[in-house]
Amino acid sequence: MITLYDWELSANCYKVRLLMSILGLDHHAVPVDFYPGWEHKSAEFAKINPLGHIPVIDDDGYVLRDSHAILVYLAARYDKSGRWYPVDDPEVLGETASWLLFAEGTTNTASAARLYVNLGYDFDIDAVRAGAHRLFGVLDEHLWFREREGLDWVTSSPHPTIADLALFPDVALSEEGGVSREDYPALRRWTDRFRQIDGFTVMPGIFAPSRAAPPG
Amino acid sequence: MTVMATAEAETQVCTDPVIRNQWHAVADLDEIRRGELRTLLLGEPLRCWIDSGGAARAAAGPDREIEVRTDYGYLWATLGKPSGGVFDVPETREHDRRTLNALTVGIEVSAPRAVENFLDMAHFPYVHAGVLGEEPHTEVAEYRVEERDGELWAFDCLFYQPRAAAASSQAVLAEYVYRVPHPYSAMLYKSSPTDASRMDAIGIFIHPLTATRIRAHLFISVLDDVSADREIRRFQQGVIAQDKPILENQHPKLLPLDPRAETPIRADRSAIVYRRWLSRLGVTYGVIPAAEGVRT
Ligand SMILES: N[C@@H](CCC(=O)N[C@@H](CS)C(=O)NCC(=O)O)C(=O)O
Ligand SMILES: [Fe+2]
Repeated sequence: MITLYDWELSANCYKVRLLMSILGLDHHAVPVDFYPGWEHKSAEFAKINPLGHIPVIDDDGYVLRDSHAILVYLAARYDKSGRWYPVDDPEVLGETASWLLFAEGTTNTASAARLYVNLGYDFDIDAVRAGAHRLFGVLDEHLWFREREGLDWVTSSPHPTIADLALFPDVALSEEGGVSREDYPALRRWTDRFRQIDGFTVMPGIFAPSRAAPPG
Repeated sequence: MTVMATAEAETQVCTDPVIRNQWHAVADLDEIRRGELRTLLLGEPLRCWIDSGGAARAAAGPDREIEVRTDYGYLWATLGKPSGGVFDVPETREHDRRTLNALTVGIEVSAPRAVENFLDMAHFPYVHAGVLGEEPHTEVAEYRVEERDGELWAFDCLFYQPRAAAASSQAVLAEYVYRVPHPYSAMLYKSSPTDASRMDAIGIFIHPLTATRIRAHLFISVLDDVSADREIRRFQQGVIAQDKPILENQHPKLLPLDPRAETPIRADRSAIVYRRWLSRLGVTYGVIPAAEGVRT
């Protein structure tokens, strides 16, 4: 059984929950009182991850930190379809790695803006919002060209990869950080497609596809 | 830590005496124990810190020290002259309760909109599906709203809930009592899953940064000697995080007090009474006041 050190409101932890849900993997969550408890900075948690951040998984003694590393591991090990991280397709694999790096950028910008608004983290808010818009602009244009090629996802694979999955939470939660997606229609269409994936699951702040949020 | 600091262009300084004369929950005391907090209160710069003697202090504007209180784990500050102390929360004197701050979260909404949402049960099956409500159990039964000693109270609020609290093991018809002791803060009491004769207390204490952005402190005082702090927090955090996008998408951000301004989609008695109460108190900050002469 996979153990996930988890905080429900963390976008990085959500990435891991999302992939496990899509792959139909059972897991056991150990909630970490990230805020306001600051448990990830405790001496006890330092034994699990000396960097003091979550998510971390423990798969029968195999311990791994960093959401994108965890996605790589879980997909390579457990995705029988071999499509979420196609180890036999060098081109798609290269593109996947490239967009995973891009997703580190959205974490440092869009997600930072969300932490600033939600939890009072100290960031230069104008700078991180501007950074998020720059990246969203690049991603939107890229997805628009993909659509013209008849492709739905960030890589040239006809199937979504862990790169789409790694990008989805920061994009879908961006409004919480005051980063509007109004100007990115292709990006919005991609988030709608992503929500239709079998096994898709939500986190607080992200709604299921079928049920539009009611007013009030 | 800097929370929506002074560099932000939007200020909207508050001139409303009713709101200036309130105590506002501006910080979780643990938060300022970790370091000075620079933030806003009612559009003015605010600085909160713990001095070398261990006392919590606050200064507003360029450097005007203001009065503070420390109650229920929070720092309360005022820009005016409150007529008394912070409203009483008698549950905090019951020592078998677990009392803690579940979350402090920034929300781009006015304080009155957040309070109104907190009082509303009708959104449970949609926004908190599977937890605080579930379709097809969408009906809000008739309940009583009263004004008592200058506070609003709502009684007999019953709602079908699949998972009413962290300690719940089954769906229940939960009973709620709501209390609004402050224009920008509210509490609710709900049947405790562990002790049928008593109620869990949950509060939303709002730190108004400006007229349209807040920090919500989620206070909880529950009868639960089983769940760890982190589990109690986690449950409430999940709930408020589901409300956040709904709140941030409300337009206008200021709460309209004119009864004709928003056609209520459903019979929403507590909301109507709350809006009327704000009008009667003369609140003008965070709201769109009703036009002169309009009966609210
Ligand atoms: N690169 C890591 C970053 C993880 C990360 O920053 N996690 C946040 C929670 S979403 C955290 O634990 N932050 C605490 C810190 O880094 O101080 C990943 O993708 O997992
Ligand atoms: Fe809610």
